[in-house]
Amino acid sequence: MTDLPMTGPHILIDNAKKFPPTKAAMREKDYGIWQSYSWQDYLDQVKDFALGLASLGFKREDKMAIIGDNRPQLYWGLAGCQSLGGVAVPLYQDAIHKELHYIVNHSECRFALAEDQEQTDKLMHLKDEIPRMEYIIYDDPRGLQNYKKDWLIAFTDVQEMGRRFGKENPDYFMDSVNQIKPDDMSIIGYTSGTTGNPKGVMITHRMIADCSRGFLEWDNLDETEEVMAYLPMAWIGDHIFSYGQALCSGFTVNCPESTETVVNDQKEIGPTHIFAPPRIWENILTQIMIKIEDSAWIKRKGFDYFMKVANRVEKKRIANEQVPVGDSILYQIGRFLYFGPLVDNLGMSRLKVAYTAGEAIGPEIFEFYRSLGVNLKQLYGMTESCAYVSMQKDGEIDSESVGPPAPGVEIKISDKGEVLYKGPGNFVGYFKNPEATAETYEDGWLCSGDAGYMTEQGHLKIIDRAKDVSKLNDGTMFAPKYIENKLKFSPYIKEAVAHGMDKDFVAVFIDIDYGAVANWAERRHIAFTSYTDLAQKPPVYDLIREAILKVNKSLSEDPRLKNSQIKRYLLFHKELNPDDGEITRTRKVRRKFVAEKYGNLIDALYDPAKDSIDMEATFTYEDGRTTTMKANLKVRDVNTF
Amino acid sequence: MNEKNEPILRAENISISFGGLKALDNVSLTINPGEIFAIIGPNGAGKTTMLNVLNGFYKQDEGSIFFEGKKRPKNLKPNVIAAQGIARTFQNLALFTGMSALGNIMVGRTMKMHSNIFSQALYWGFSRKEEIEHRKAVERIIDFLQIENIRRTPASMLPYGLRKRVELARALAAEPKLLLLDEPMAGMNLEEKEDIARFVLDANEELGYTIALIEHDMGVVMDICDRIVVLDFGKKIAEGTPDEIKANPEVVKAYLGTAES
Repeated sequence: MTDLPMTGPHILIDNAKKFPPTKAAMREKDYGIWQSYSWQDYLDQVKDFALGLASLGFKREDKMAIIGDNRPQLYWGLAGCQSLGGVAVPLYQDAIHKELHYIVNHSECRFALAEDQEQTDKLMHLKDEIPRMEYIIYDDPRGLQNYKKDWLIAFTDVQEMGRRFGKENPDYFMDSVNQIKPDDMSIIGYTSGTTGNPKGVMITHRMIADCSRGFLEWDNLDETEEVMAYLPMAWIGDHIFSYGQALCSGFTVNCPESTETVVNDQKEIGPTHIFAPPRIWENILTQIMIKIEDSAWIKRKGFDYFMKVANRVEKKRIANEQVPVGDSILYQIGRFLYFGPLVDNLGMSRLKVAYTAGEAIGPEIFEFYRSLGVNLKQLYGMTESCAYVSMQKDGEIDSESVGPPAPGVEIKISDKGEVLYKGPGNFVGYFKNPEATAETYEDGWLCSGDAGYMTEQGHLKIIDRAKDVSKLNDGTMFAPKYIENKLKFSPYIKEAVAHGMDKDFVAVFIDIDYGAVANWAERRHIAFTSYTDLAQKPPVYDLIREAILKVNKSLSEDPRLKNSQIKRYLLFHKELNPDDGEITRTRKVRRKFVAEKYGNLIDALYDPAKDSIDMEATFTYEDGRTTTMKANLKVRDVNTF
Repeated sequence: MNEKNEPILRAENISISFGGLKALDNVSLTINPGEIFAIIGPNGAGKTTMLNVLNGFYKQDEGSIFFEGKKRPKNLKPNVIAAQGIARTFQNLALFTGMSALGNIMVGRTMKMHSNIFSQALYWGFSRKEEIEHRKAVERIIDFLQIENIRRTPASMLPYGLRKRVELARALAAEPKLLLLDEPMAGMNLEEKEDIARFVLDANEELGYTIALIEHDMGVVMDICDRIVVLDFGKKIAEGTPDEIKANPEVVKAYLGTAES
């Protein structure tokens, strides 16, 4: 282990030597064709860019912000910045001005790399406010030829400058790379932060390399894997997966043509390894269900029948029991008729392993994919641990837990029920925020902030955020996210917010899934004009009640949670939106904020005299403009078991 | 825009009648290379007729047209004129509905294809090479108009705004010296209009196309055009920059003095 290169640039140089020019390191779909880059190309691009940065005065420990969709150039830029001993700061591409301002300012970026005109525009606004940012570099020149500024340079121009600089200073690149130590900072990952300002998580080369190799070994992944890079580069999951793991194994990263073409592009590539948050899995499932509902009745019936078979078979497989011969035969028929073509259509027929991480996934969703034969597994981690804490092992899958500790990780549960861990991915600290760092570490153990426990099999089970778990007035444990996640298993529910702390019972806000409910309504000839209008239709309320009843039923089966069944609900007038501050960019509910902003709605839920409430809503656009609208929201009761 | 002495197209004293109706009456205009030129006017002013004359779809009764300084023979067929480098889009979409967006755009390249139908059918030798060349050109336009995700979608399945964009793509695919757009933003919502306006500007600035367009929406025209000609009842009533047109009392009368919008 010890003689393996430990920093991104060192591994890259090693890969360029190790792999033949025919081995693709990266592919990008451009002009309708997959363009390949070998590891040598990757290195050359990185080197030219790095030297260009050097000629612009980039020094060790300088920071560079990176913003945009997953383009090879942005990954090269990231590696280029690291090659000079710099630190990359990837940003969420849909972040609004205020968030960007905070992060770019706080991280002290001198350089910024943007994908296109949209992102460049955002950064140019920032530059006026943050003089420390000296240069903005852009990849796609489209629409930018009239922006004539000395400090605004094209990616290819920087590379050209680098080639000239390299001729005069032939040893510069290698000298810089050799100065990088494994324990140097490699990126600062800003966490979206459910409370207050984002915090900059400092991560080193060694952490990325150790965790990436840990993941690869766990599933025996090697350089033959194909992955799709389409999740935000600012998400630690993508960094580990499309950058760290790709470097450490040498596998191929594929960048889709655009965000709208991901599904088709994935079909063409047929990835062998997928890493995605539950939201993506939910979306795909919703899409499948809509298409099934639209298909001819015989197909629909057949699908339902064989899904039931697959579910039975999967339950047996998870429990490591013998599958009855009859079901086994039926499953094969189902696979031939339905699952095979479906999985192929999703571009998952070559899949070896898929992970869901970042949030809890619904057992039904999880089991659905597993029933289809997709090897979906759960993983638990966070930015502060490089996404590396625990993950499920083949043959030891269950839908409720997140698996045993990953190699090298120790987990313990605090007296208060919080999950603590130690591992190779544990972060150095929050950038310029030692107080927050001190709060997070307790005697060398990292406090996850999640409540959970170890099961008898030694698997970690996460219930909820530790600070969110509270009690109802009668003393019943109230775990809001646990309930919300159960609700979100319904294809018609996009988001939910459960209330119950210091109350007599549990009540919820529901955010309908506009696409799925609109489709459902259209097929029943229910006319509607907008999201707000659709959400307030009585049949939609009935539809959601069915979903809530299911959740109540499942809650009633757990003696500890029996009393936290849902008694009242209302359908929200708008989608919860990060721009309005109700959820984070990674779609986690900001409870305190919602409770303050919608206090009157919560009061209505707990006021038995009220069956509706007038609401004035404010929307924020991405450019900061706001608009107001009025709505009348109904409040309904629901039965418990 | 870049001023060259030689106009790309000059129409002199054009008149045309349909039966007793004089659709165009002694209209002259010049289109300079590199500019965005607009013909505006109330309904029935003769805007589309003018466009049809410019691309040879109608034959003028009187007057003459000079393309790149050379007088155009009056009876020249529209396909010959198209081959000379004038492409257009239509007010009412004219796409092949059963064909994919990609196929429709490829049609725009037919003028530039030289191999014969038999070798094309075999996809062999020169025609193979040619097809790849043309596909590359089309892909650049698909990238330019950001329609990668509908490449394989049949035109009939596309929403209106995207069909308009595919039609624009097809016209661009012909790499014309002069691009005529007949109400490119008709029937669109504000967002779609802004998108198309952006593409028209980019086609002009980045790809260097000379564009002449007809448009109803005064706001958009004023924002993106370099020069404007105003028609009313078949006559030219004004010509100039957007600012000059806004200040012209004749134009105000034509637009506001009648019941027309």
